[in-house]
Amino acid sequence: MICMNKKAKILLIDDEQVVLDAVSKIASLERWEVDAVLNVQDGLNKLSSNKYELILSDIMMPDKDGFQLLEDLYSMQVNVPVIMITGFSTVENAVKSLYNGAIDFIPKPFTYEEITSSICRGLEYYKIQNKAMEAEKSRKDESIIFVPCPAKYNRLGYMSWMNLENEGSARIGVTNLFIVTIGDIAKIDLLEIDDLMIQGNSCAKFETDNNLIHTCLAPLGGRIVERNERVIADPSLLEKDPFFEGWLFRIIPSDIEFDMKFLIACSSDRI
Amino acid sequence: MFTRIGLKLIIAVGLITIIIIGVFSYFNIQSQKETLMSQAEVHAYKLSDAIKNSSHSSMLLNKRDQIHEIINTIGQEPAIREIRILNKEGMIMFSSKSELIGEMVDKKAESCYACHTADEPLEKLPMKERMRIYRIQPDSARILGIINPIYNEKSCWDADCHAHPETQTVLGVLDVKMSLKDVDEQISDSEIQSILFAVIAMITLSIIIGFFVRKWVALPVKELVKATHQVSSGNLNYTINRLGNDELGILGTSFNNMTQKLAEARLQLFQSDKMASLGRLAAGVAHEINNPLTGVLTYSSFLLKRTKDNSELQDDLKIIVRETKRSREIVKSLLDFARQSVPKKHKADVNEIIESSISVVDNQLSINHIQLIKNFDKNIPQITVDTNQVQQVFINLIVNASDAIGDKGGTITITSTLLSLSPYGIVQVKNASCSKRHDLMDNEIKIDGLPTIRVKAISSGIEGYINLDPVYGKHRHRYGIKVKKGKEVQISCPKCNISLLEKDVTCPKCESIVYSYEVSPQGLFNGCTNPECDWEKWDAVDDAGYKDFVEIKISDTGSGIPNESLPRIFEPFYTTKGQKGTGLGLAVIWGIIDNHNGTINVNSKVDSGTTFTIRLPAQRNK
Repeated sequence: MICMNKKAKILLIDDEQVVLDAVSKIASLERWEVDAVLNVQDGLNKLSSNKYELILSDIMMPDKDGFQLLEDLYSMQVNVPVIMITGFSTVENAVKSLYNGAIDFIPKPFTYEEITSSICRGLEYYKIQNKAMEAEKSRKDESIIFVPCPAKYNRLGYMSWMNLENEGSARIGVTNLFIVTIGDIAKIDLLEIDDLMIQGNSCAKFETDNNLIHTCLAPLGGRIVERNERVIADPSLLEKDPFFEGWLFRIIPSDIEFDMKFLIACSSDRI
Repeated sequence: MFTRIGLKLIIAVGLITIIIIGVFSYFNIQSQKETLMSQAEVHAYKLSDAIKNSSHSSMLLNKRDQIHEIINTIGQEPAIREIRILNKEGMIMFSSKSELIGEMVDKKAESCYACHTADEPLEKLPMKERMRIYRIQPDSARILGIINPIYNEKSCWDADCHAHPETQTVLGVLDVKMSLKDVDEQISDSEIQSILFAVIAMITLSIIIGFFVRKWVALPVKELVKATHQVSSGNLNYTINRLGNDELGILGTSFNNMTQKLAEARLQLFQSDKMASLGRLAAGVAHEINNPLTGVLTYSSFLLKRTKDNSELQDDLKIIVRETKRSREIVKSLLDFARQSVPKKHKADVNEIIESSISVVDNQLSINHIQLIKNFDKNIPQITVDTNQVQQVFINLIVNASDAIGDKGGTITITSTLLSLSPYGIVQVKNASCSKRHDLMDNEIKIDGLPTIRVKAISSGIEGYINLDPVYGKHRHRYGIKVKKGKEVQISCPKCNISLLEKDVTCPKCESIVYSYEVSPQGLFNGCTNPECDWEKWDAVDDAGYKDFVEIKISDTGSGIPNESLPRIFEPFYTTKGQKGTGLGLAVIWGIIDNHNGTINVNSKVDSGTTFTIRLPAQRNK
């Protein structure tokens, strides 16, 4: 058993039976309870009568696609985190999923470790989200659950942030919420200097103490000119100061105008 | 035979010639006629005077026999029809025709008409009116008659015969009639000559004009029409031979230009269409294959988790997981190809990559009795490449070479060398901008497959575009307008019109004006505006000195590639293998090498073999 969320209830939507079976099998080993359905409508029906902690959904399905599911959930005010899994694993789909509220994007085919890492993070996200909502309701709990990203920053989903600098370069990092959901980091694996970063593609991998590997998707495309070696040497820096000292890369953006369309301004988080 | 425009021109020019020569001939004939007639008149007048004078003394002596003789002798001239002398009463006193002597002439007869129309007979007549021209019968020759009045004088009334009283003014009239047959013949001869000349001149002129119209208009127009038919039926490779320097020649050249651009545009469209459909295909395939792969990968990794204590099973399962992950990479690369993704580069030894590529295809080579010769340079430094992609290139090229050799047997030679090349003629401008940072790159017009630098040019008041060769030193610019040596040319940015000409700087080779644009981050690029001068300067690149390249040559002794296929082999879906190939191999190779900032070239001779030359940039360890 990898992570601590026993008996969590997960809704799985995919039009391929073999995917449903495979994920169900993995979930049963992890002691998660999975409801697997073949289309979005069945999934929505299940949602109205059951309480789930996480939804896994394919993008391309015969009745409705995954983006419509995200829209429906938003209009139904369902606060269950969604992870997209798709065989149509284009960068565009990844970025669009995160922009529309999904918390992660897993391209098919995936391994046991890849899917469980993502599910663990999703379940953790659900818990933190609930804690934050409760804290807001009671307004008594003074303890900070996670640090929101600074107002002038932009973020890709809840995962990564970018901040434009005066010299035309941009700093890239991961959000505090992402760090909180993955737990203690044992090892960081970053792209090399001079590599090309592509928005929506993996730019960093975080290995945690429980041997899970979490992939962070890049918020911007561009050429890497600098990376933060201090963070690689001391991953705890990420937890201490994720938005300033804990930056990961400095890049020269290649097409900032195009990439900005799928980024969420952090200033909107405070309204 | 003639196209319509030629025929029209010939008709128009022919008509004008006919009118001009016709009018000219008409007046020519008229003036000739007049000259001949006046000559005849003078001749007749002189003759009549001569008769009058020669008979004068005989008259005075009243020697009528002598007068008869004179008249008869002169009257024997064939041109002279009749000579007669009438007295005042109108009786014929003397005549060359003796049977008429003694007859009275009616005063109303044509010879008397000039004097006797008025009631009183005229005593003096002007020269012109003494003549008369008439025909006896409508078809007979014309006759010129001239009357010469014989005036009374002192010697006449003093003479012994006392035939004439002093009061008489006119004693009689000498009438000479001459046939104009000769003159008429001469006139008609010269008429015929003139008409003949006119006709010959018109025919010759028409033929000459026809010849030139055909040469300068009809044939070029025919060629142009043929070319437009070829183009409209889809043959964009048709080029018009040089039609000369005139307007039609320029039309021909610009036609060629147009078809070339059309062909390029069509190729581009075709290529992007192919890429788009390939993209859709790849996306579809990826989506369909990824679902079953998910089943394999999740179940195998699931089993791997559950059978930790069974080491034998673990090893097998690990292979399944590894291979499925490889399949995942292949599908991903298919998607990446469709989107021309960037390579994952790291340092690697090219010779090692070639060796591992050979090991993949070794079996196939030995089955086909192909001998492999390896000429590796051991001192090649490691270069930064995507090993998988470059290996794919080598495997593809070796397989192609072995396919070209077939099962007859042959040799494949692989050579690797380290080259140091002058940047001149190799380094390519990949981005260019004006001083206001407007992008000058033109992806539509390519020279040797590379995007060009597009600038606006004004020369002799004509505005157009020049596409500059992106390769430093190659100077294969494509001119949209004519720029002549020595003529001033304005070169500016097509977006903001800011001039790209350098003030105070002249070309060190030919002293023409110099243009420049910015290449970031490699500084200014300078070139000469004179189209015949190849001076170019790129300081940043020159300063970097010689560039190192790893050159890999893969040669085979196979069937070779025909010349007409050579320019197309790097196009996607172009295949000579029929059903055996997809036509993607070399297109993918080209894409990979291009992504590595390298170049790939091909040399081939039918029946003697093909050589692919790949150059990848290398950094020598300093």
